[in-house]
Amino acid sequence: MDMASVYQAEYGRCVATLVRLLGDIGLAEEAVQDAFAVALEKWALPNGDGLPPNPGAWIVTTARNRAIDRLRRESTREARQAQALLLHQPDEPTEVGPVRDDQLRLIFTCCHPALSPLAQTALTLRLLGGLEVPEIARAYLVPEATIAQRIVRAKKKIRDAAIPYRVPDAAELPDRLPPVLTVLYLIFNEGYTSTSGTLVRTDLCLEAVRLGRALAALMPDEPEVLGLLALLLLTEARRPARVGPSGELVTLAEQDRSRWDRDLIREGHELVRRCLRRDRPGPYQLQAAINAVHTDGPATDWDQVLALYDQLLLHAPTPVVALNRAVAVAEVHGPAPALAAIADLDLPGYHLLPATRADLLTRLGRIAEALAAYDEAIALATNQTERTFLHHRRAGLEPGPAT
Amino acid sequence: MQYLLAVHTVEGDPMPSTEDMQTQFARVDVVNAELQFAGAWVFGGGLRPPDSATVVRVEGGRTTVTDGPFAETKEQLGGFWVIRCDDLDQALVWAEKCAEACLQPVEVRPFDDEPQA
Repeated sequence: MDMASVYQAEYGRCVATLVRLLGDIGLAEEAVQDAFAVALEKWALPNGDGLPPNPGAWIVTTARNRAIDRLRRESTREARQAQALLLHQPDEPTEVGPVRDDQLRLIFTCCHPALSPLAQTALTLRLLGGLEVPEIARAYLVPEATIAQRIVRAKKKIRDAAIPYRVPDAAELPDRLPPVLTVLYLIFNEGYTSTSGTLVRTDLCLEAVRLGRALAALMPDEPEVLGLLALLLLTEARRPARVGPSGELVTLAEQDRSRWDRDLIREGHELVRRCLRRDRPGPYQLQAAINAVHTDGPATDWDQVLALYDQLLLHAPTPVVALNRAVAVAEVHGPAPALAAIADLDLPGYHLLPATRADLLTRLGRIAEALAAYDEAIALATNQTERTFLHHRRAGLEPGPAT
Repeated sequence: MQYLLAVHTVEGDPMPSTEDMQTQFARVDVVNAELQFAGAWVFGGGLRPPDSATVVRVEGGRTTVTDGPFAETKEQLGGFWVIRCDDLDQALVWAEKCAEACLQPVEVRPFDDEPQA
């Protein structure tokens, strides 16, 4: 394991534990950063000590000691409070590793409904994912200053308003879990189809999967948590086949299935089976089930997909779900009923609505209308790879040059 | 921690009927009793309409008194609670009860510092 992977694996867990020990997010971040700086000298140098057997525990202990040193030098109110908190803790064994529950507490703090959605996402990526502000800003097409300001403001609100650092109890979970799942889902989605630039931002996908796995390990009895992880895994599994040799978009029907990641698919299918046994369906589990059908066998069983979309529409009656369901309707009943199903959908600014309409019109031979729908979709799409894909489809409809 | 639970009313909103007002008062009384029973009660009350307000300013040693209210907006403070509890989650639970009782949105704001008891 090299330094970068230790940082990736341990940063969020260590920050979470230090937040509990110090009672302050800012102090915890500084302490963990100090500890990693020390680690870099001690572990990485040619005549250094090398990696300790438990790097996470080493970082937590070092960060704790660094924090005590730092607090002794400072005399602010926060410093005194944090020092008091540290002193009131029973003597802990010299090397305590990151505590898993701390991570869970921190996820719920970061995704507290009293914080704005952008702040929730930015804070989760920064504190639990260890991503730097410029990386988060790039991913969300927001100026760095905006992200930095949102994170500072969110941390201030957590402290000033006393947003608690704890896992909500069972009665609160129905309200508190959905924002956490949404944040992880949005992080993955932004990675899977970036708002701009290259089609896929692998780093965000992997981060979302990593956080999803952590959440599932911490809450193995929550079916929607398992459903979300399964959805992420089954989508992630197809990523290698989704982009062609020159970076172009490859649709599901045209993907080379041999390039799908079999291990992730196996893991995702197992999770979907676990969800089915629990029989408490929800939107993420149903989407995972749909993706399980897509990744099962040599071709998609569209009847099954349509049945699952019917169920999903009951749980989440949104226009986006209705649009995706129409794609399955087209496969099972043909393009005409699918076109009728999306006729009244209201999704302003969403390029996939005119793109789907264009595809259905093409199949019905209504070329002039299809061209207009492609134009509409191209005007709305922001991702360059998707735009190229739509241009390519559109060009295929126009009469070719005489040969 | 102490929190202000502020009830904002919008000028021009239709006044509830006397009957509705009575049941609203009754519901607020129940919440007040719950707050007191839980040890969360510090203070609270409803305010007369904003046109009853007076603003006092002291500038350069001179005091001026003008007809209020201070904020020239349609949204005005209609009443408030000051409560004491451990964290924002507890404050939000109380705010939900208060909003249900008075049928108005409730803004939750932490006090800057715990006053010395």
